[in-house]
Amino acid sequence: MRPVVIAGVGMIPFERRDEDSLVDMLSMAGLEAMDDAGIGEHPIDAVYVGNMASGLFNRQVSVASSVVDRLNLMPAAADRVENGPASGGSAVKNGFLAVASGYCDAVLVIGGEKMREVIGPRATDVVACMTHPLAEYIYGVTLPGLAGMFAQLYMEKYGITREHLALVSIKNQDNGILNPNAHIHMKITMEGILTHPQSHINNPVVAEPLHLYDCCPVSDGAAAVLLTTEELAASLGKAAVEIAGVAQATDTHTLQERSDPTDLKAVTIASQKAFSMAGMEPGDIDVAELHDAFTILEIAESEHAGFFAKGEAASAIKAGETRIGGKLPINPSGGLKARGHPVGATGVAQIVELVWQLRGEAGERQVEGAANGFSLNFGGFGNNVLAFVLRRR
Amino acid sequence: MDMELEAYLRPPESEMAPYPAKVITLATGKKMVVREVTRDTVPELLEAVMPTLFIPRDYYDIVGARLYAELLGWYRYRVKDEFCIIGQVDGFLVGIVNSRMYSPELGISLHTLAIERGMRIGAHLFAAKMEHHIEYLDQEEVLITAESPIGFRRWMIEYNLEKRDGQHELGGATPYALTRELYFENKDRLVAGERPVPAELLEIAEREIKVASEDDIREKILGARRRQRR
Repeated sequence: MRPVVIAGVGMIPFERRDEDSLVDMLSMAGLEAMDDAGIGEHPIDAVYVGNMASGLFNRQVSVASSVVDRLNLMPAAADRVENGPASGGSAVKNGFLAVASGYCDAVLVIGGEKMREVIGPRATDVVACMTHPLAEYIYGVTLPGLAGMFAQLYMEKYGITREHLALVSIKNQDNGILNPNAHIHMKITMEGILTHPQSHINNPVVAEPLHLYDCCPVSDGAAAVLLTTEELAASLGKAAVEIAGVAQATDTHTLQERSDPTDLKAVTIASQKAFSMAGMEPGDIDVAELHDAFTILEIAESEHAGFFAKGEAASAIKAGETRIGGKLPINPSGGLKARGHPVGATGVAQIVELVWQLRGEAGERQVEGAANGFSLNFGGFGNNVLAFVLRRR
Repeated sequence: MDMELEAYLRPPESEMAPYPAKVITLATGKKMVVREVTRDTVPELLEAVMPTLFIPRDYYDIVGARLYAELLGWYRYRVKDEFCIIGQVDGFLVGIVNSRMYSPELGISLHTLAIERGMRIGAHLFAAKMEHHIEYLDQEEVLITAESPIGFRRWMIEYNLEKRDGQHELGGATPYALTRELYFENKDRLVAGERPVPAELLEIAEREIKVASEDDIREKILGARRRQRR
């Protein structure tokens, strides 16, 4: 396989973007990535668009065809890639394979979702369509519901408390304040969301034991990366970051079929494979972007990816090890919790953040000396997971 | 002013129990003082409402324009039995709610305007006005309608309100009612606040109603990226 370099990145602020269509957002992020790479008139061979549910949210399908036309990239190949909340990660993986195999020299990967077109309960329902139609969905299961059940088990097994979950929220919202592209710019406190006797009114239950501030917001947004060969990137003067490892793993569709529902096997396998491909260990990573759609997931994923032993992430969080300036900063972007989670965009946005970190361009949230980054994009409820290792060249 | 004629134009006023101030700890940890204000504060309140008249997002313009008219009507004695409750953080006005007594038994919820967003300030202030209607004015029920999807979600769904025939005096959508029973069923879940307010917090709030600049109000409502767009 040929090395694959990320020559350009782009991202539009995640928020509620009433005035932009999905294709507007995808195009803006794509243009930013092309401008960042300085690719000019050089042809783009293929465009992969990570998007979960434009047909359901926006009544529009074939969005990749629409984007190549909007960006005047014809006759580039164009595909929409769908893998639930890991659609962005899957799109990047496809772009990676196209360049690594020698089939393409320049591939634009864009992830995006416009979820705020519908009201909150409908958005929750659309996202719930990724669950098993007969074993889960028809019984009213939602993703917050699955996460609540998972959290209950995980917390009991490993002695995690609501305080640990709240520490994840507080950290990620603190980081979000430093990120101009984040959806949420609001500092929260332990008193305001947990310890004050009336904090349950500010922070009501969503799916016990998860409360409002344990859950990511519903966002609109898009992010993009331009993947090229190292030769092309070098000619553009943009060869700073390469994808050193990429892996994907799956697990049973339903949570109930897993022998131990607290064991996120696909996270472990994808992470191990990505580290192996990169020739690295978890200890080599300087900064990580994990899929904290719910606070419990940041804790569980950090353990399953190998950064902490099972049951030890909570104490590391309490000790501040995962804050910017700590031993392993996790989600300096604010994560899904504060940056936002336009589902199809997330996997790409994680990689965009890592590129900014490895290039030293992350502004106030810069992790000093970051050379190796890791991202984890969690599809379904852990049934289709992508892991990436990025390296500064 | 011809006071004889004015006497005909001014609605008779009923005696209304005062709403005791309270303090709410927000998710940010900041303390919001929630207190009833008198009609002499209306000019300051209008200063804060004015910028919202030009914000179509989430129907702020409609809520702002109608609230402006209602407060002005109260200030100049053209609305009967209206009351107004505000939220202040560090003296700054962060939200306004108004309402009125239609009869000793029935309250009419008018408007809720949150200037700071994302901290349930609108929800806390709406709950405060329901608290005033039911617990201090001792009314049987409050008639409510909504002009925005956010309002509908907050009031109609969170309180599980009862549908009513007829119309709310604001016109518009089907009216719903918060009964005493519903209020007390939901109180622990939705009505926050502690009394008495610590003297120093109350003193800051009462000393001055600080109003953010027009630009700051736009930014608080729309976010920094949209404040200049009109």
